Amino acid sequence: MAIEVIHPGLLTTVQDMGRVGHAADGYPECGACDKEGFILTNILVGNHGDEAVLECTCLGPVLRFTEIAVVAVCGGTPAVDGIPVPCGYPYLVRAGSTLSIGQTKGMRAYIAVHGGIAVEPVLGSRSTDLFTHIGGCQGRACKAGDVLPTAVYNAPAVYLSLRQRIQEPMLPPAAAEIAAIHVIPGPQDDLFTAEETQTFYGSIYKVSVDSNRMGVRLTGNPVTAGRSTDILSDAILEGSIQISANGLPIIMLADHQTTGGYAKIATVVPTDIPLLAQLQPGSQLRFEKIDPELALARYRKKNEEWQSLRERMEMKTDESRP
Amino acid sequence: MILKQAGLTGVLCVMGTEIDPAVRNRITGLTAVLRDMQLPGLVEMIPSFTSLLVRYDPLVTDASAVSRAILAIERMMSPSAEETGRVIEIPVCYGGAFGPDLPYVAEHAGLTEKEVINLHANRTYPIYMLGFLPGFPYLGGLDPKLFTPRLSSPRKAIPAGSVGIGGQQTGIYPMESPGGWQLIGRTPMKLFDPSMPLPYHAGDSIRFIPVSEEEYRQEAERWRSK
Repeated sequence: MAIEVIHPGLLTTVQDMGRVGHAADGYPECGACDKEGFILTNILVGNHGDEAVLECTCLGPVLRFTEIAVVAVCGGTPAVDGIPVPCGYPYLVRAGSTLSIGQTKGMRAYIAVHGGIAVEPVLGSRSTDLFTHIGGCQGRACKAGDVLPTAVYNAPAVYLSLRQRIQEPMLPPAAAEIAAIHVIPGPQDDLFTAEETQTFYGSIYKVSVDSNRMGVRLTGNPVTAGRSTDILSDAILEGSIQISANGLPIIMLADHQTTGGYAKIATVVPTDIPLLAQLQPGSQLRFEKIDPELALARYRKKNEEWQSLRERMEMKTDESRP
Repeated sequence: MILKQAGLTGVLCVMGTEIDPAVRNRITGLTAVLRDMQLPGLVEMIPSFTSLLVRYDPLVTDASAVSRAILAIERMMSPSAEETGRVIEIPVCYGGAFGPDLPYVAEHAGLTEKEVINLHANRTYPIYMLGFLPGFPYLGGLDPKLFTPRLSSPRKAIPAGSVGIGGQQTGIYPMESPGGWQLIGRTPMKLFDPSMPLPYHAGDSIRFIPVSEEEYRQEAERWRSK
């Protein structure tokens, strides 16, 4: 079974949980920027949650399904053969039908199919690495004419089974007008003066148009004014907030480089990265310290929620057999 | 050693303040012990010049458990960790089309091209970390006579395998990339290939072995047919 790309949209890539464990060799992790939208969309089609999906940016793709398929979309304005369909809900797309994703509601939308997109994994992941050109669809964004392989399964049976388990659409939470992004200070918070720290936590920042899958760039009050806080390069994590040469924060997303020489004033907690990954240019945010114990409790609770959803929705092998 | 929290998923072990082979050896030693003891919830370890980032799964463990394990290991480790890495030989064809900036580097140093090659090759460069590109080694040990400023405007595409000098550092571009280093040679080794493990890691050392253009071509052919 396969999906044919009719129109690729602005930036559509194959993504999964990412190429975890190769940062010491310099491989960017990649993977879905908004892991919550990614996991939820996967669960909606009866997947485990880490299968490869399509991530699209701002303007989504138009796709044709060569065979009947179970599909879900989170974050777009989808239509099947021109007829609008809801987000956060599984549906059955007939052979030859066209799914258009339209404009995304936030920055990114996810399109999952039952069984996942079956491109060859590279270093244990199907994620597209746009920087080193590995994984996904020939290591690049999807183009018109690409054919993406998918699993073989009994789509009507999967669909009927899923429909019995879900009544209301399930959608990831939307951001507030001024998003509160929770952070744990450090690892280089000690390089900033009290005044600079006050600027960082007391300012409202705007998401810059220069943001991409590598990082969310911000405009607003510079944290440091003409003073370098550069360090000997060290390791970077998703969510690390670097203060760059112009004094403004850059928050690292999935495609970030593995090491860097800007000081990191704080690190966004994993539960707020999905929110951040969905902020469109011009959106406002502020940083708020969170107690690490509370952040850990929230992260574990979120994962329990996903686990119970997964248990509710996941297909047993015999249900999906063709 | 100073431990710092790096968000909800990392502990940063700061083991020094300057680029120093002894610090590197201690980082390599800590990495090896943590890997061998199979710390529950350990996701990966990312070494850099003066620190090791220990990344963990917060569903399995937490910062205090990870920190306790690291501190316990540090107490057991001898303060003067020994060099444990391997020395990886990298064949390099210096100058000509492969090293278009060799004449500039020589002129800047007030040396002949031959003298630059002799100073650059056949010495051991410790690998402090990999980053920027997969397999791009940050090396110490460049002879200060060869310190050369970067190009004023970076090249758009540097061929894979190029060996260069940028400021006080030397290194290899494992894949084609933009970059601003002075290019002095090229290795025929295929360094970037996700289907194969990298030939070196942080903690190892690199030694450049000069080869002729003929040897370069033979070696490149051998890598192509692998």
